[in-house]
Amino acid sequence: MSTVAGTNTPTTSAAPVADEERKAQRERWALLWKSKTFIAGAIIVGIFVIFAIFGELIAPDDPFETNPLNDLAAPSWDHLFGTDRVGRDVFSRVIVGARNIMIVAPAATLLGTVLGTILGLVTGYYRGAVDDVLSRIIDAFLAIPVVILAMVVITSLGPSNLVIILVVGLVFAPVIARTVRAAVLQEVGMEYVAAAKLRNERTLYVLFAEILPNVMGPVLVEFTVRLGYAIFTVATLSFLGFGIQPPAPDWGLQVFDNYGLISGGYWWPVLFPALAIAILVVGVNLLADGIAKAFER
Amino acid sequence: MARFIGKRILLSLITLVLLSLIVFIGAQVLPGDVGRSILGPLADQRAVDALNERLGTNDSLVSQYFDWIGGVLTGDMGNSLVFRRPISDVLGDALVNSLKLAIIAFIIVVPLSILGGVYAALNEGSKRDRFISLGGLSATAVPDFVWAVVLILIFSLLLGIFPVTATAPPGSGFVDQIYYLILPAMCLVFVLFGYIARMARAGTIEALDADYTRTAIIKGLPRRAVVRGHVLRNSLLPTIAVVATQAGYLLGGLLVIETIFNYQGIGQALYRAATQKDFPLLATGVLVVGVVYLVATLIADIMYSVLNPRVRLGGEQ
Repeated sequence: MSTVAGTNTPTTSAAPVADEERKAQRERWALLWKSKTFIAGAIIVGIFVIFAIFGELIAPDDPFETNPLNDLAAPSWDHLFGTDRVGRDVFSRVIVGARNIMIVAPAATLLGTVLGTILGLVTGYYRGAVDDVLSRIIDAFLAIPVVILAMVVITSLGPSNLVIILVVGLVFAPVIARTVRAAVLQEVGMEYVAAAKLRNERTLYVLFAEILPNVMGPVLVEFTVRLGYAIFTVATLSFLGFGIQPPAPDWGLQVFDNYGLISGGYWWPVLFPALAIAILVVGVNLLADGIAKAFER
Repeated sequence: MARFIGKRILLSLITLVLLSLIVFIGAQVLPGDVGRSILGPLADQRAVDALNERLGTNDSLVSQYFDWIGGVLTGDMGNSLVFRRPISDVLGDALVNSLKLAIIAFIIVVPLSILGGVYAALNEGSKRDRFISLGGLSATAVPDFVWAVVLILIFSLLLGIFPVTATAPPGSGFVDQIYYLILPAMCLVFVLFGYIARMARAGTIEALDADYTRTAIIKGLPRRAVVRGHVLRNSLLPTIAVVATQAGYLLGGLLVIETIFNYQGIGQALYRAATQKDFPLLATGVLVVGVVYLVATLIADIMYSVLNPRVRLGGEQ
C-alpha cells in the first residue's frame, strides 16, 4: 500500500524529494522484515488465514458431523483435541472455525478504517465547528463499551454478521478519525498542500490524492491495532451468543456452547477454541507492534 | 481553574445528551415493534398491543424519549420485565455488587501495572522491558472470557484453590466474599494490566528524558532519589487519567466476567435484559453504564488538572 503511496505523490514535489520519500518507504519495509515481532506475528496470522481459506481441506474430519456414540471423548490420536458434547471433532472445528472471525473482524475493521479515514481527512482539513461536533459524538460513543453497544443493537435487530460488521465498524470509525485527523493537521501546513491549492486543484483531489498518501502510515498502524480490538469484540459477542448461530464452528460460539461442561472435567471442547482466539489475538498484536515501530514518525 | 472545571462539566453534559440519544435509538427505535419483539412472533396480537400500550411505545418518538429521560431523572424508571422489580432497585443492587468486584480488581492491578511500567521504563530497550511491554499488550488483547476459561481450568479445576462462581453463599462474611471475587478480579487484572503499564512506562520514559531529571542527576543526586523525587512524581500523572478511562472499559469486561462467574452485577443484569429482550431495563442500564464512565473520566480530568500545575494555571496542554 504505502510503497505505491510514496510514488504516487504527483508533480509539484521536486524529483529529489520524491526519491527521498521512496527511499524512506523502502527503509520502512526493510525495517519491517528485520523485526522479529513482525515476522512472528505474520507467521501466526498467516497460518490462521490458511485455515480460514482451506479449512475443510486441512481438517481431518467433517466439522459438522455428529457422533452420539463418541461424545466428549478425551484428546487422543483419533481426535487430537477430543470431541464435543455431540461427538464432533474439536480439532476440525477449531481449524474451520477460523473462517468466521477472519471474515467478520477484518471486514469490520476495514469499514471503520475507510469511514474513519474519510472523516479524519475532512475534519482535519476544515477544522472549526465540524471538529467540535465530531469530538462530542466520539465522546458519546466512547462512553459505552463496544461490546455493550453491539449487544443492544443486536438485541434490537437480531444477530447477524452484517449487523456486527456495521456496529463494530461504525464505533471504530470516530476513533480512527481522531488519529487520522491528527496526522492531517500536520500535513495541512506543508508546502505541497499550499501548492496544490494554488494550482486550483479540487478539494477532493487535494484530500485524497495529495494528503491521503502521506498519512497512509498512521492509517495502516491504526488498521492493525483496531484489527486486534475487532477480533476481541467479535469473539466476545460470539461467546455471549450474539454472533453467528449454532451449529457454525466459530471459536467464541464453541466456548459458549461447551462452557457448562467445564466443571464436569470436560475441558477440551472449551480450552482449544479459547487458545485459538488467544493465539490469533497475540499474532495480530505482534504484527501491529512491528508495523507501528516501522511506520510511526 | 474554576473555568476549566466548569467548561469540562458542561462538555460532559452535552456528551451525556448525545449518549442518551444513541441509547434511545439503539434500544427503543431500532427494534421497531417493541411489544412484538419482546413477546415473539407467536404471541397474540392483543397481548402485543397491550404491552405496547403499557410501555408507551405507541406515543411519538419525541414524547417517548422525554418520558424515558424524565423518568430516569426523577428516579421513576419503571419496572424490569425480567426481574419484575423496579429498574432503579435492580440497577442499584447490581451496581453495588459490580463496585465490589471492580474495587478488588483495581486494588490488585493499579500498583502491579504501575510497578511493571516503571520497571520496564527504567530498563528501556532491554529484554525485560520487551517482555513486560509485549506481554502486557498481549494479555490485554486476549478477550476476558478466554482468561476466565484458562484461570478457571487452572485454579478451580486443576488446583482447586478458588471456586468457579463469584457469588459467596448467603450469610458469608467479608473475607469469604473477597475470596469468591479473587478469580473473576484476576481476569480483569490481565485485561487492564497492559494499558496501565504502557501509560506508566511512557510517562516514566518521558520524565527520565526531561531537563529537570538531567539537572537532578548532574547535581549529583543518587539515582534512587532522582527516580522517586523527580521522575515518578511526573510520570504517574498521565497514568491517573488512564486508570479512570479503564473504569469505563471495565464495565464492558464485567458483562462477560459476571456472566461466566454467575455474579449479580450490572454486567449480568444487562446480559439478562438483552437475552430476554427486556428493553426498558436494557436502555436504562446502558445509560447508567455511560454515566458511570463519563463521571469517572470527569473526575480523572479534574484530578489531573488539580495535580498538574500546567493545566491548573491554564498554560499549554
